[in-house]
Amino acid sequence: MSRPGEREAATRAPAAAAPKQNMIGAAIERREDYRLLTGQGEFLDDLDMPDALEAAFLRSDLGHARILGIDTSAALELPGVVAVFTGDDIRPMMKPMPAKVAHPALQEMPRLPMALDEVHYVGEPVAVIIATSRYIAEDALELIEIDYEDLPAISSTAAALAPGAPLAHLGARDNIAVHVVQRAGDPDAALAAAPHVLSGTFAITRSGGHSIECRAVAARYDTVTRQLVVWDSTQAPHYARNALASLYDMQEDDIRLIAPRDVGGGFGPKAQFYGEEAVIGWVAMQLRRPVKWIEDRRENFISAMMERTQTHRIKVAFDDDGTLIAMKDVFEHDQGAYVAGLQVPMITLSTVPGQYKIPHIHTELYSCYTNMVPTSSVRGAGRPQAVAAMERMMDRIAEYLGLDPAEVRRRNLIQPDEFPYKVGIMFRDGSPLTYDSGNYPELLAGTLERLDYDGWRRRQGELRAEGRLIGIGIACYVEGCGLGPYEGAKARLTNRGEVLVTLAAAPQGQGYETVYAQIASDALGLDMDYIRVTTGDTGRIPFGQGTFASRITATAGPAVLQACQALRARIFATAAIMLKVEADNFVFRGERVCLAEDESISVTLREVTQVANVGKHGITLLRGVTAGLETQAYFAPERAAYASGAHAAVVEVDPETGRVTVLKYVIGHDCGTVINPLLADGQVLGGFAAGIGNALYEEQFYDEAAQPQTTSYLDFSLPSSMEVPPVELFHIQSPSPLNPLGAKGAGEGGTIPAPAAIANATEDALRSFGARINEMPVTPPRVAAAIAGRAPAAR
Amino acid sequence: MNPEASEEAATQVRVTVNGREHRAITDVRTTLADFLRHKLGLTGTHLGCEHGVCGACTILLDGAAVRSCLMLAVQADGASIETVEGLAEGGQLSPLQAAFHRNHALQCGFCTAGFLMSITAALREGPVETDEHAREVLSGNICRCTGYAAMIKAVLETSMQLHGTRAAS
Repeated sequence: MSRPGEREAATRAPAAAAPKQNMIGAAIERREDYRLLTGQGEFLDDLDMPDALEAAFLRSDLGHARILGIDTSAALELPGVVAVFTGDDIRPMMKPMPAKVAHPALQEMPRLPMALDEVHYVGEPVAVIIATSRYIAEDALELIEIDYEDLPAISSTAAALAPGAPLAHLGARDNIAVHVVQRAGDPDAALAAAPHVLSGTFAITRSGGHSIECRAVAARYDTVTRQLVVWDSTQAPHYARNALASLYDMQEDDIRLIAPRDVGGGFGPKAQFYGEEAVIGWVAMQLRRPVKWIEDRRENFISAMMERTQTHRIKVAFDDDGTLIAMKDVFEHDQGAYVAGLQVPMITLSTVPGQYKIPHIHTELYSCYTNMVPTSSVRGAGRPQAVAAMERMMDRIAEYLGLDPAEVRRRNLIQPDEFPYKVGIMFRDGSPLTYDSGNYPELLAGTLERLDYDGWRRRQGELRAEGRLIGIGIACYVEGCGLGPYEGAKARLTNRGEVLVTLAAAPQGQGYETVYAQIASDALGLDMDYIRVTTGDTGRIPFGQGTFASRITATAGPAVLQACQALRARIFATAAIMLKVEADNFVFRGERVCLAEDESISVTLREVTQVANVGKHGITLLRGVTAGLETQAYFAPERAAYASGAHAAVVEVDPETGRVTVLKYVIGHDCGTVINPLLADGQVLGGFAAGIGNALYEEQFYDEAAQPQTTSYLDFSLPSSMEVPPVELFHIQSPSPLNPLGAKGAGEGGTIPAPAAIANATEDALRSFGARINEMPVTPPRVAAAIAGRAPAAR
Repeated sequence: MNPEASEEAATQVRVTVNGREHRAITDVRTTLADFLRHKLGLTGTHLGCEHGVCGACTILLDGAAVRSCLMLAVQADGASIETVEGLAEGGQLSPLQAAFHRNHALQCGFCTAGFLMSITAALREGPVETDEHAREVLSGNICRCTGYAAMIKAVLETSMQLHGTRAAS
């Protein structure tokens, strides 16, 4: 993927990693692979729980309705059914699950573990059946009778905001969850005085995370230790544990929440907390029997959180040479039926300005309640929409002034010597939006060079003469990543003479067992063979936040680095006392801790652990040795780090069918220090596949009664190998000054600008028709409508 | 549905899985995937959609790649089945598994078994020598993590190793 020079750059170790093992930056193959390739993975439903009962949820089949009565008696009589619980049956823990990211102005409607009196979307849990098998539990679902009073449902932000609209929640003031404005400079005056102002309206629709493993939860209450153990296919085990402790009113140590070693993809929806998680743990405690719920794909379509639907009305002001003066973007965000968190629209609010210097900024959010599945982060998390709004306008400015769109971007890019760059508004982490480092001109230039931008611009005209519609699209972005508050790690010398690194964070395919062993290896100066990594278990480390927002490398990475540096010092201090030497200059040679100047003077790691950890009952510890070779570090970044990138696409449009084919695609990516180039490439290329889905295929439809129309992969397109085009990827590395690794995040950069780049390319291909692409994904019907001049503005 | 419908009829199923014969009593409505996973404990085969699209549950049934979520266990009675657990021999990864590892062609690993079985069936039919052909081989399965590029490389490399290369390629 990358060129030799870049690989070289990628192997440069950062300044802070003291002893050089040179594992940071090395393309190490993964430790996780063997078990996954041989069918020995440990996904939740693979765990051996022969005595577990199985759960199935009865879900609302109406978008908005009042529950008048529920009759579960027939279901209870079915052989094999052990219990049925409705919302009313679990009242002691029926407390609202608060929004994870809130705002003082938020009109928060209570989100309960199961519905009580009113349902607000198709798929909302209403009751749960516990049976001896999932087959029987599903049989019993059909025996529950619910008496509903159908209510008007809201199925779009436009419907939510229409004058006199019915309410998505009967008790609400209106359908606006929150209205937030961010401003820098004097945007109104600047817009009024500017020589040129253009406006555009752009919309992007819902898709989902679509991890191939759906959600899954199992719970067992240990009546002896009085501890509830929950296995949860989650991105955020500590967050889920805290939520359960709060709902159940239990002490945090009395709940052990384990994200299984293998979780089959996350992509955002598994970082949220759901009613099903609360119900399964509660039911296991009530029944004193283990209970397991494995979500099926239809449930995932109608109850796992989704994202994307926004409509942006954006204005840009600029001078005669295309220099930006002001930007004003007012957007509607589809929050769905409940606010599980405001992170997505809050991220959008601050992502619109992107890589450009804009003196006067106004971004404004109307987050709307609708009667659809609640929305929250899906890979990209509010950024693809923001980038689409801004980058589409950059192309419109170029078109208006008769300039090359690459040149318009170049004239407005923040320059490498302008970091740290203060944008003038706030980021969602509560700090002033400040870009830490980057080199945007180099990213753009490298991307265009690899695309052969000038060559394609020439060929575009020649091919147009042959009747072929070729378009070129560019999109640049920044991604706030590595967010706080903190992430933690422990390092311990075990009884077997190995270093065990315990991360609070849990992986879903990112290769933590490999990546954090690499970081630990460099921090310790110890061969990776003596290092093991364990993840995602609240019983092993008390505090953590979770895997989301491309944050773990930049937060858990430094925590591992610091914990292991401290452990190295502790091991060496112990060795010095054991060897009765004054020296503090040691090295590891295999499992031996050796005096640097004379390596024949050494002790083994096992001997060290025998002295400092295992000890001898009743015998005094060697003078000077501190017992317990375990260290921990919690790394709290000062603020978000900013990854960045540029995407460029060449597409061909078939005017007959409206089909868009990607001919060439280049990604320039800067996530700071690359820890493992093999895995970093994997993150970006995987993210790109999701971006192609967002750009061209994925669309969750609801009808006007808020009935979902896409509830299987027969009516929803997820990109296969036929749809994801080849891509050329290169990295530049602008280390972040905000953490000792210089790391940023790599999980979402492949996704974020793809819809903007593809939409720009498509509109470019259709420029001679004057066609406007205002809605994403850019599906054949939308392209055909644009060519026919029937697609004036987004909804 | 009538409650009586859940009083399940059980029957014996005899299958050979990865060369080993198994007999087990199972409900007639149990899918082959659930039978393999929960009756025989072969949990390497995964369920991603249970409606035959994602391909995570792909196994080889008498040599043909099939969706084990779309079959009942009783329909497999007497059949010879291969699953992901049978690919490695003596702890050694098969050439295809090794190529997946080398190329980072798996991330979460949940869909991987299905891909491995689909590709194994295709490579038994003959070489795969072009990107286009490799994409076609992979197109019956869905992966949400990798973007497929590394898998395409793994397929081509394995084909080269198993079938050698042709002058035309």
